[in-house]
Amino acid sequence: MANRSIRVDILARVEGEGALDLHVRDGKVTRAHLNIFEPPRLFEALLRGRGFMEAPDITARICGICPVAYQMSAVHAMEDALGVRVKGPLRALRRLLYCGEWIESHALHVVMLHAPDFLGYPDAIQMARDHGEAVRRGLALKKTGNALMRLLGGREIHPVNVRVGGFYRAPSRAELACLSAELERARDFAVETARWVATFPFPALERDYEFVGLRHPDEYPFNEGRIVSNRGLDIEAREFDTEFEERHVAHSTALHSVLKRRGSYLVGPMARYSLNFDRLPASVQALARECGLGAQCRNPFKSIIVRAIETVYACEEARRLIASYEEPEAASVPIAPRAGIGHACTEAPRGILYHTYTLAEDGSILAARIVPPTSQNQISIEEDIREVASAALELSDDALRDRCEQAIRNYDPCISCSCHFLRLNRHRE
Amino acid sequence: MTGAAAAAGKVLAIGIGNPDRGDDGIGPLVAQRIAECRLSGVTTLIRSGDALALIEDWTRHDAVVLIDAAAMPKSRCPTPGRVHRIDLLTEPFPPEISLASTHMFGVVEAVGLARALGMLPGRMIAFAIEGTEFGPGAGLSPEVAAAAGETAARIVAEVRGIPNRD
Repeated sequence: MANRSIRVDILARVEGEGALDLHVRDGKVTRAHLNIFEPPRLFEALLRGRGFMEAPDITARICGICPVAYQMSAVHAMEDALGVRVKGPLRALRRLLYCGEWIESHALHVVMLHAPDFLGYPDAIQMARDHGEAVRRGLALKKTGNALMRLLGGREIHPVNVRVGGFYRAPSRAELACLSAELERARDFAVETARWVATFPFPALERDYEFVGLRHPDEYPFNEGRIVSNRGLDIEAREFDTEFEERHVAHSTALHSVLKRRGSYLVGPMARYSLNFDRLPASVQALARECGLGAQCRNPFKSIIVRAIETVYACEEARRLIASYEEPEAASVPIAPRAGIGHACTEAPRGILYHTYTLAEDGSILAARIVPPTSQNQISIEEDIREVASAALELSDDALRDRCEQAIRNYDPCISCSCHFLRLNRHRE
Repeated sequence: MTGAAAAAGKVLAIGIGNPDRGDDGIGPLVAQRIAECRLSGVTTLIRSGDALALIEDWTRHDAVVLIDAAAMPKSRCPTPGRVHRIDLLTEPFPPEISLASTHMFGVVEAVGLARALGMLPGRMIAFAIEGTEFGPGAGLSPEVAAAAGETAARIVAEVRGIPNRD
């Protein structure tokens, strides 16, 4: 066999637009490029000159699937700049809001977008004819996630109730208690979903990733923690730029993020899980083991199991938070503008999301920088595709294209967030 | 206009779209006109974004009317404001009509998924109104805005013809 090139013009079942170029020469993959061609969205420039209080609402517009992540990183970075720390019930409500987003986002990806790959269906609609119960469970999980986001955020997409210092309105105990029974059912649906995806056939691929994620002394991370890795990284968010660097590449409108000293790294559910298995409740750890996972997961295709396990966790954590909720005296803590620089990193469903802002004396934004998870994972995605394609070159162009798309969907990439998404172009040279 | 928690009438009219995206705002505008008629047994909703959530909306209703903007290919000579009525239970969705969505699951996919799951209501009609301008920040084009009243009146007349809707 001489040379082949495969091109996927628009990758399906991902958020945003991009393409894949795969070049094969003399039986070896010579290039695997994730071409992100969605136009740059210029949010950082748009934020300049706006007030610090506007950042959560503006940055939420970056993504319709993970707006809470943008809001959480924005408020924590602003509070870092302004010397404010939000504790107690308001902190718990932020964590609860994040549970809603994880449940909604993970259920969408696991059941609607990723499961069809493993079962040989072109989409969730075709899959639903044979796996109706599984799809109904997915819809019910999404509904529960949406309900949490609607109650705490005012609406499920682009919530409007989050502010620097807390919330515009805090829910009552009675309002939250109404969701407890639904969360109990959702927890059962999530457990069934985890057991279902664990039965899928998984290609044998293990990669030696550097996992990067947050780690908190006693919680599975959402909003807080140090940025750590399995190769010794252990920093505060404010040290992000000392260890990480964003680089322009010709084939992507999204910046590629690297560890300055070691190159590519992996963020997201697999990294988070592998770094924080010991922070999961014993019941969730036991379910993970029942589903075939160890304390770490290095097979990117098994990320679908990890997402399902995290969905179970988010349901349990949400119930715990609701059960222990005490209504705050005020929906937010007082905030006064001042000059400063703030940094924060929180765990979006797809991995760590870093924000930093420089504020003027009056609280207006002088500079903003946002590093989303998908742009951090771009090099890892390309490395995965290279390995996946190298092991599957005997496949037809169509089958190879499908396998590569599945490998990309392992990441639940949000191209729009990264810029900033897929066509596969396989080139026969 | 009512939210998701509103008491469910047997008939649900859902205006789909984003008023800040030009002609995509026609669905919400028509739904608002229907709501102003205060028909008994009729609930109205406005939705944008997550089309899968529509399935959740319509499961508690016997009849559903979807109102959405449609983008037509240039080869089909789009006519802003032209209204297409589609019986979603008996007619295939016309392939030349694209219900505009920037998200991965649109209205057509939500209907297809609900059909596969047996989660469609007993009656389901879509009114697709052709638009031409869907840019951020743009208002409705005059031809599309002009179609709002007539479309609402047509839907109200159809809904009044549904027996035992109270």
